[in-house]
Amino acid sequence: MTRWRDGLAQIRRYPSAVVGLLIIALLLATAIYAVTAIPYSEAQKLWRGGDAWQELPVNASPVWTDRIRGGEAPRTITASSDEVAVEREDLGAARLETTTLEVDFPYGDFPSEINLFLEAEFEQRQPFTRVHWRRPDGQEIPIEARRVGERERFSISQDRQLESRLGFAPQIGLLTDAEPGTAEPDVLQGTYQLVIETVHFEEDARLHADLVVYGQVHGAFGTDHQRRDLAVALLWGTPVALAFGLLAAVGTTVTTLIIAATGVWYGGWVDAVIQRLTEVNIILPLLPILVMIGTLYSTSIWLMLGVVVVLGIFSAGIKMYRSMLLPIRQAPYIEAARAYGASGGRIILRYMVPRILPVLIPTFVTLIPTYVFLEASLAVLGLGDPVLPTWGKVLHDAQAQSALYHGFYYWVVSPAALLMLTGLGFAMLGFALDRIFNPRLRSL
Amino acid sequence: MASAAPVSRTASLLRDLRYLGVFTAKRVIALLLTVLVGVYLTILIANMGGQVDELRMAQIQGEVAEQVRGDPAFQDLDSEEREELMQRQIDLEVERLRLDEPFILRSFDYLRAAMTLDLGRAEQMHSDAGSRQVYNIIVERLPATLLLFGTANLLVFFVSVFAALSLSRRYGSRLDQSVIGLAPTSAAPAWFYGIFLILIFAFILPLLPSGGMVSVPPPEDPWAYAASVIRHMALPLAAMFIAQIFISIYSWRTFFLIHSSEDYVEMARAKGLPDALVEQRYILRPTLSPIVTSFLLMLIGLWSGAIILEQVFNWPGLGTLLFEAIGHRDTPVIIGSVVIFAYLLAVTVFLLDFLYAILDPRVRIDGGQR
Repeated sequence: MTRWRDGLAQIRRYPSAVVGLLIIALLLATAIYAVTAIPYSEAQKLWRGGDAWQELPVNASPVWTDRIRGGEAPRTITASSDEVAVEREDLGAARLETTTLEVDFPYGDFPSEINLFLEAEFEQRQPFTRVHWRRPDGQEIPIEARRVGERERFSISQDRQLESRLGFAPQIGLLTDAEPGTAEPDVLQGTYQLVIETVHFEEDARLHADLVVYGQVHGAFGTDHQRRDLAVALLWGTPVALAFGLLAAVGTTVTTLIIAATGVWYGGWVDAVIQRLTEVNIILPLLPILVMIGTLYSTSIWLMLGVVVVLGIFSAGIKMYRSMLLPIRQAPYIEAARAYGASGGRIILRYMVPRILPVLIPTFVTLIPTYVFLEASLAVLGLGDPVLPTWGKVLHDAQAQSALYHGFYYWVVSPAALLMLTGLGFAMLGFALDRIFNPRLRSL
Repeated sequence: MASAAPVSRTASLLRDLRYLGVFTAKRVIALLLTVLVGVYLTILIANMGGQVDELRMAQIQGEVAEQVRGDPAFQDLDSEEREELMQRQIDLEVERLRLDEPFILRSFDYLRAAMTLDLGRAEQMHSDAGSRQVYNIIVERLPATLLLFGTANLLVFFVSVFAALSLSRRYGSRLDQSVIGLAPTSAAPAWFYGIFLILIFAFILPLLPSGGMVSVPPPEDPWAYAASVIRHMALPLAAMFIAQIFISIYSWRTFFLIHSSEDYVEMARAKGLPDALVEQRYILRPTLSPIVTSFLLMLIGLWSGAIILEQVFNWPGLGTLLFEAIGHRDTPVIIGSVVIFAYLLAVTVFLLDFLYAILDPRVRIDGGQR
């Protein structure tokens, strides 16, 4: 035990080990935060996408990129009919309701999109709605007039008719007072109003309206092509990556060590079988087999973990451990254990394995990032877990959407930076541990 | 020893050759058995849910339907008769291929087919020459993979061994320290650096192509063609180099340091031999076999890394093929690639053993009784 304590005390002498430990602590804290803040089922549901994200812009950069560029890019602004008073006017058989949604637009650049979400409550006859847009300079622009179904989405920025009337894409034309055809129109800052006039034909009919003026930036990590906030994936990727790396590393190193020790202890045909199996396993290509299993069965991360561990059991490491264990087998203390009648299992687990565990620890620590990257590699190949958000899946989406080509650098950089951080943290610690626990290297 | 008679020298050479032959034969047989077991395991894994059977059934149905529809002799049959004819032919084919027998019996058929590289027909993919045979599809991609990974591995290997030798000579220096400090960067695989290299050198500063192997259309002139390939190779090569070089130098440096503190090296230095001679004869020569071992082990490790790097750089090799096969869910191609990868690894292991036998005198003396 003192050897362990000495080893840990020595870590402090290696600055890279301290940095590595700090990074690992940070990642662990993030993982714990992610798991407590967003429960597992919630994370899966969020990552499936859909309505939960409809108020976020598509492919928005993180807010900090805008800070660097000068802070002109608009944020997302929403206005809901719940927050404003409704003017009612009785027309006899029908009823006219006027809702005015106000949007204060102080930014220097145009929004990326404008959508109006309408929900109508009615029994038989659909209410009729007329929508116009009032600019700060008082000009009114009619947008649309039509019946409203139960749930509707007016994609104002994709209204071709409006576009041809304005001479600009609607999200630009509605927010500028420039003449149509101007090359670089300026934003008209101020308070805009969206006036929704609805004719209800039923007593209990109601209309609920949400106006979303989508920004160009969102949150600390931006959003992807499905409007999902990347923060969810990046946060949740941390526990997934750590768990995968840790479990795979523990699973493979510990079983490999025990099997090597068993072979050395029993010798004879046991050893021969283990040696041959190892040779077979060396020629089994891990990644193609994982790819094959992912394609034919399931891409569940837990299945992949299982396969990695099973294929890792008889890895090349066995040969190395074997050569380390062979001299130990002859050690006097093992003979002593045998003399007092210790069983084979006891000698392997209590006498042989603990003896070379310290040598194993650095290997083990440096193995963790290998498996973290393996998981990411699989995800980049399109064989990521179908429901869980992981860093690799973010990278895969980015690749599939040609993020670099379109200039969405943030989409690639943040998951990559997290992967790199994890890799560096464990590798730095592992390298320092290697020097601490392997005395032959210590003098170098 | 240097004065040994020429006769005994020839005799010892012959003896060495004989032992080497015996050893090689033994290793080839052992490795073939290993590949056999490995490929059989692959078949078992692939077929675990009856997948291969379903696949073959679908293939047979497709082929029969195509045949019956294409044959003018059956043109005027009504649909019911045609159905019946097709069913009869399918049954015949099933019997011919013994699909009605238990899997265990047939698995040996598959094994024989896979071992003789009869990898079947692809479902949807085809080679650039138009062949639907999995074997042709894979063989067409092999040179691209070998070119890229051969170059990268040789580059990394030689640069790291020589850099490590020179670092081990003056260890503790600023340069040495910084290389050690950079070693943890190798935790990330090559494709990871590839993404950044593409970002920087293909998009931010458009100097080099972001992917592919030659420009489109390929240049006619062979020199221009080679230049284009080199330009396309630069980024993937750089990615692999960055990912491997520091850890490689680090481990070689440690290795050489351990070996250059051996007593016989100290002795040679004390005798006043020049540094270059000490390095060649006293450090490099005895450590040659572990050096070769680790070179080939590195090759084994890189085979799997290749898959994703190729995909990231759109390099038309085996990795991209595998990726496309996943996209098409083309199972015969995927299984075929696994088999080919197993063969490649086995060949690598064999080379390792063979070089070992040449380099390590112990193997020569006891005739492969390892």
